This record gives sequence, C-alpha cells and structure tokens, in this order.
Amino acid sequence: MIRRTVRFLDERSGAAPFLRKALRYVFPDHWSFLLGEVALYAFIVLVGTGIYLTLFFDPSTATTYYDGQYQPLHGSEMTQAYRSVVDISFKVKAGLLIRQTHHWAADVFVVAIVLHLLRIFFTGAFRKPRDLTYYIGLSMLGLALLEGYLGYSLADDLLSGMGLAIGYSVLMSVPIVGANLAELIWGGPFPGTHAFWSRMYVAHVFLFPMLIATLLGAHLALVAARHHTQFRGRRKTERKVVGVPTFPGQTPRSLGLMSAVTAVLFLLGGLVQINPIWLWGPYHVGSGTNGAQPDWYLGWLIGALRLVPGFDLTIGNYTLVPNPFWGGALFPLVVFGVLFTFPALERRFTGDHAFHNLLDRPRDAPWRTAIGAALFTWIAFVFLAGSADRVFVTFFVSYGWQILFFRIAIWVVPLAVLVVTRRVCLELQGSDRVEHERELAEEEARRAASLEPVR
Amino acid sequence: MSALWRWIVAAIVLLLGRGRRPPPIERERIVPAGEPSPRAELLVLALFGATAACSIAFVVVYAVESIPHQTQFLGLSLGLAFAFLAAALIVIAERLVATEELEEDYPVPAHPAEQETLEQLVEESGDRMTRKRLLLLGGGAAGAALGAALVTPALSLGPAFEIAPFFRTPWRRGVRLVDERGRPIHADDVLEETFYTAYPEGADREELGSPLVVVRLRPADLHLPAGRGGWAPHGIVAYSKICTHAGCAVALYRKPTFPGVEPRPALVCPCHYSTFDPARGAKVLFGPAGRPLPQLPLLVGPDGELRAAGNFSGPVGPAWWGVRNRRPS
Repeated sequence: MIRRTVRFLDERSGAAPFLRKALRYVFPDHWSFLLGEVALYAFIVLVGTGIYLTLFFDPSTATTYYDGQYQPLHGSEMTQAYRSVVDISFKVKAGLLIRQTHHWAADVFVVAIVLHLLRIFFTGAFRKPRDLTYYIGLSMLGLALLEGYLGYSLADDLLSGMGLAIGYSVLMSVPIVGANLAELIWGGPFPGTHAFWSRMYVAHVFLFPMLIATLLGAHLALVAARHHTQFRGRRKTERKVVGVPTFPGQTPRSLGLMSAVTAVLFLLGGLVQINPIWLWGPYHVGSGTNGAQPDWYLGWLIGALRLVPGFDLTIGNYTLVPNPFWGGALFPLVVFGVLFTFPALERRFTGDHAFHNLLDRPRDAPWRTAIGAALFTWIAFVFLAGSADRVFVTFFVSYGWQILFFRIAIWVVPLAVLVVTRRVCLELQGSDRVEHERELAEEEARRAASLEPVR
Repeated sequence: MSALWRWIVAAIVLLLGRGRRPPPIERERIVPAGEPSPRAELLVLALFGATAACSIAFVVVYAVESIPHQTQFLGLSLGLAFAFLAAALIVIAERLVATEELEEDYPVPAHPAEQETLEQLVEESGDRMTRKRLLLLGGGAAGAALGAALVTPALSLGPAFEIAPFFRTPWRRGVRLVDERGRPIHADDVLEETFYTAYPEGADREELGSPLVVVRLRPADLHLPAGRGGWAPHGIVAYSKICTHAGCAVALYRKPTFPGVEPRPALVCPCHYSTFDPARGAKVLFGPAGRPLPQLPLLVGPDGELRAAGNFSGPVGPAWWGVRNRRPS
C-alpha cells in the first residue's frame, strides 16, 4: 500500500528525492515557534468558514424592510446586505456558528500574527538571510488588518457603518488627493454608490485572501529554503540546525495544533457571542450609537484618532492636513515604516552584515530590545487611550482627564521604557557574565582538586 | 447456510490478514525503533472514539429541530470533536511515534560561483546592444506609458475630479424638517434638554448633507456667531448631524444635569468624542474635530412647522483639501 502510493507519486512527479528531504526537514523545538503556525491554521479556518458565508451573504445595498423571525427589527428599513447577515444569524442553520467562528478566527488570526511578530522582532529572527521573509510577514499583517476591516464592514450594521464613515474620512484626509481617492473608491461622496458594496465584497472574498495566500506561500517557501532559526544550545550552531523531522515527529504535533486551534475557534464561535449585529441595528447615515468600539486590532487606530487635539492644518483656504490623517493614516504608516526599515537600520548602526541562523535572547541586543519595547509600549498606550470611554463608563474616571493623561503618557512612558529596558538587558548580561565566570572557576577548582596528589 | 458462513469467515480472515506482510527484510533503520505503548494506543483509540461521538452529536443537533440553543450545542460538539482529535494527535506525537533529534546542515549562505555565472550570463547576453542606457530608457518609458494606459480604466470607478458633489446638500430655503418617519417637526414639539434628528422632506436621507440635529436652548443662552441673527427661532438651533471630524453621526447630547461640573449643553460624537457647543454655533469644545458643525438657518412656517431658511453655514462632513474653499450649494 505505502509502496504503491510512493511509486505512483514518484513515477508521475519525480518527487521522491524532494519528498525524502522534505520529510526529514528539521524543525527546531521551541514553543514560541508555534505562534506563526497558529496564524496559519486560523487562516485556514477563515477560508473554510468564509466560503460557507459567501453562499448566503448578499452584497447589495438595495433597500428592504425586515419581516423575518427576529421581532425587534420588524419593519426596519435596511439594506439587503444587513438583512442577509441577520438571516445567516437566525435563519440559516449553523449559520450563526459559522459566522461567529469566522469573526473569532479573524481576531485570533491577528493576535497570532502580532505575537509571532513580537517573537521575530525580539529574538532578531528578521536578520539576514530572513529579512525578506520578515517583510512579507509584515505585509501580510497589514493586509490582514484591512481584510478584517472589510469583513466586518460588509455586514452594514450600525457599528460597521460608523467604521466605514471613519475609514472614508481618513482617506479624505490624505493631503491634497484624499477626496479624489475617496470618490474613486466609493464612487462618489459617502456613503457611495451601490457598486461600492460589490467592490468591498470582491476585495474581501477574493483580492485580499488571494494576496494573503500568495504571500503566505512565499513566506513559507522562504522559511523552508533558509530553514528555521534556533536558540543557541548544545550542538546548535550557526551551521547546524537541531530538531525534530517533519515526519514522523513534527506531523502529528502540527496536525494536533491545527485541530486544537480549530477546536478553540469553534468553541468560541458556538459559546461566546461576538458582534451581535441584530442588537446594533442597520446603519443609516444619520444614526450613531455610543460605546462604538471596533475589533481589537483596530483599537490602536481609534485611540490615535481620539488623542489628536482638534485642529486642521490649513494654508489660507486650503486644508493641507485634515485632522484624521494624523491618527488614522500617519500613525500606522510610522509604525509600519519603523518595522519595515528596522532590519536595514540595525545593519547600518551595528555594522553587522553577517548571516544569522542563531537567535538572540532579548538581552543580547539591548538597543533592539529597548527600541522594540518602546515602540510596542507606544502602540499599547495609544490602544489603551481608545478604551478611555469604556473606562469612563465603568469606573467614572473623567474622559477629558484620561485623554490629557494619555496625550502626555504616550510620549513619556515609551521613553522611560526605552531607558529601563536597556538597563535591564545590560544587567542581565552582567549577571550572565558573573554566572559564566563562576562556572569557569568551579571547573578549574574541580580540575585542580583532581590533580592534587593523594596523601 | 454453512457454506455461506465459511465464505464470511474466509472474507474476514482475508480482510484482517491483508495488511500482514512477510517478516521485514533486514535493513538499516532510518527512524529509530521504540518501545510499543499499548496504553497510549488504547488512549488514542478512546480519543478517536470521542471525536467520532462528538461529530455524530453535531449531526444530530443539526438534524433535530427541537433541540434548543442550536448554536451553542453545534459549537460545543464540533469544538469538542476537534479538541479530542487534537488530544489524540498529541498523544501520538508524544508516545507513539519515534522521538528523534536530527541534525542538519543549514543551507550554504550563498553560491558565489553561481552568482558570478548569472552575472556573466546576463552581461554577455546584452553584448550585441551598444546603446544599452538609451534602450533601457526607451524600454522604461514604454513600460511606464503602458502601465499608465492599463491603470487608466480605474478612473471609471468614480468621478475622481468632480468636487461639486462634496458641497451639495438637499437643503434649500423653505424645505420642511421631518423626522425619521417623514412627519413634519413643529417648533412647539421641540423641547429643551433633549435632541431631535431631522431630515429634509422628500430628499434622500442616506447622504451626508441630509441629517440634522435639532435642539432648543433658552434664547438668552444663545451666543451665535455674528451674521446668524434670526437663524434660531424660539432658541431652536439646527446643525448638520455629521461630525466634521470623521463623518459619524453626532448622536449624543450632553445636557447640563450637573451645572458647574458640566458647564454647558454639548453635542457629542460617539466615535471620537468631538464635543460641540450648540449655543455658540457648534464651535469645538473638546476632541479632535477641526471645524464647527455647519449650522442650518431655520424659520417657522405658517403652521408652526420648522423649515430651512437657506443652506448650511459651511460644507458638511469630514475635512479634505478644498473643504474651506466654497459654501455648500
């Protein structure tokens, strides 16, 4: 049976030598290496559940009046798009499970990517020869954010409509050409023409997934071509990678992780409500709701939009930089800009152009660790600022004072983190040295003792 | 009967025995041998059983209409099916397959000889071309022109250079203010300390220029900008409901329940908490908005109904390059 399959495959594809190597490809073992895999499996669940949802979703802005089984919405004027998502939730059997699983999977997908990115950043895994892999990964993160935004915008509920209005305003705020860009994409001023919904739809279910899948293929191919990195250890050197082979060792582990990720996503999708759009109601340009919060991965942008003081930068009668540009466009551009240029900057400043297969521990590169910690603290504090309204409602802490606090804290805290992190790294290095010297001394003492003549 | 029985026995023996091979040929192992672990096998079998049971439960829940909480039970059964499968695979990984640690050489960092060959290959291939730079320039120009040609149809997406639509609103002198259901709003209906959403009668409500937020203040508290005298009959003021920051509906009204702490009534956008002062021409009190909300002049018609007395004081909606350039039309 095995022999027959192998022979069949090899005689048609000539792949036996390649497969033999692939099955014995070595995976170094460290728990943090699984984060990227979690993202991969979340993506697979997203594609699977997403295909199911396309079979029922109707990307149309035609007006309809709800007459389905959810009583509170009876008689509401809404678009076909919103109506079909309500129907997926209440009428299609297992529809709500798949919809919620899809939404949870999107949230987990981005969590996994971000944690994976942190691991890559703080261990220096982005260094040559893997900088290209890192750039592709960052691009996928950017695409994933946009893809998630498009996905929840398609539902055309009150919250997502407000999100689209904000997205439109951020695009409008691009200096000089913003309005032209927005007109092109929306087909006119907000809320745009009917065609806008088909555009979002094809982008969400085809363009972006294809882009992500293509980059994913390139990402994995590059990982395999250069092999995994590993932490320094016994026998683990810049030249030799040590670990478990694809088959049999790694295969059941990876499949197990895939099943576990799928299990968690379906359990969340079935048991933990997410984005109950029937409670938000349909979107109308003149409607709004309080407590408007996006999905977590856009929290940093809403925080940034809220923190900017109220001004438009004008030259005479012309508005050079409308306000949403700072928080909604410039801030993410700066963050991605720093992440994209970091490998080159680090090479430039350290003069280190060598190949690296061994990972650093964060303490081994104090500047990198300190800059990374400061950058992510910056983002985290802006993110926290986005929840100030909820903190006000829950704990009665004045919203205005919170915003004032954050306007200062987002600059002061990262600087403090920078200094402290560098100090901690240097101290840890110092203690490593002490430890190392102690071991050497002990070794020497033992050797001396064994050499001492017996009396 | 007994013939049939014998056939069945033979078939079972055949089936069970099929996979059995003659004793393996002596050869060097690739995967190191390990101890069998019957208990782990039993555990894996049990977990596979649980996976199958949960999968069947999923189908049953799906099929039986009368089971309540469909979504929850569907998610639970499918999630547990995958969880048991995950557990089985992990037991297999930890207990039932060879645990080996291999060493492999990292791929060579670079192939200098090949690199050189490639370089030479490309260089020599262009030997016949004498004006390389010019050709490259020509090729680049052709490529750029072709690229531009191919991108041009994208302009069909929208009216990219028309800016008039951004200034257009449905409000004209005499247009009646109606509520969500299309009923006219009368000045007497508008009470203090609450806010109303109004739309232009007979116009499309789903455009940024349509929705209004209407509030009544004590005429003595009004300090509208110069030139807006008579815009607020009986102290009723109307502003565009679309936030000038990011286009959300200004859907919150802070009325002064605690005078002294919250100094004055304010219109607040729930997206980024831009706060506008309705008594002072909706000037920005707090938050990121860069312009006041455009005000709509009002008049009271013969039946006491509210009507527009003209168009907005400025363009509606989020800011862009030309937003301060023109008045709405």
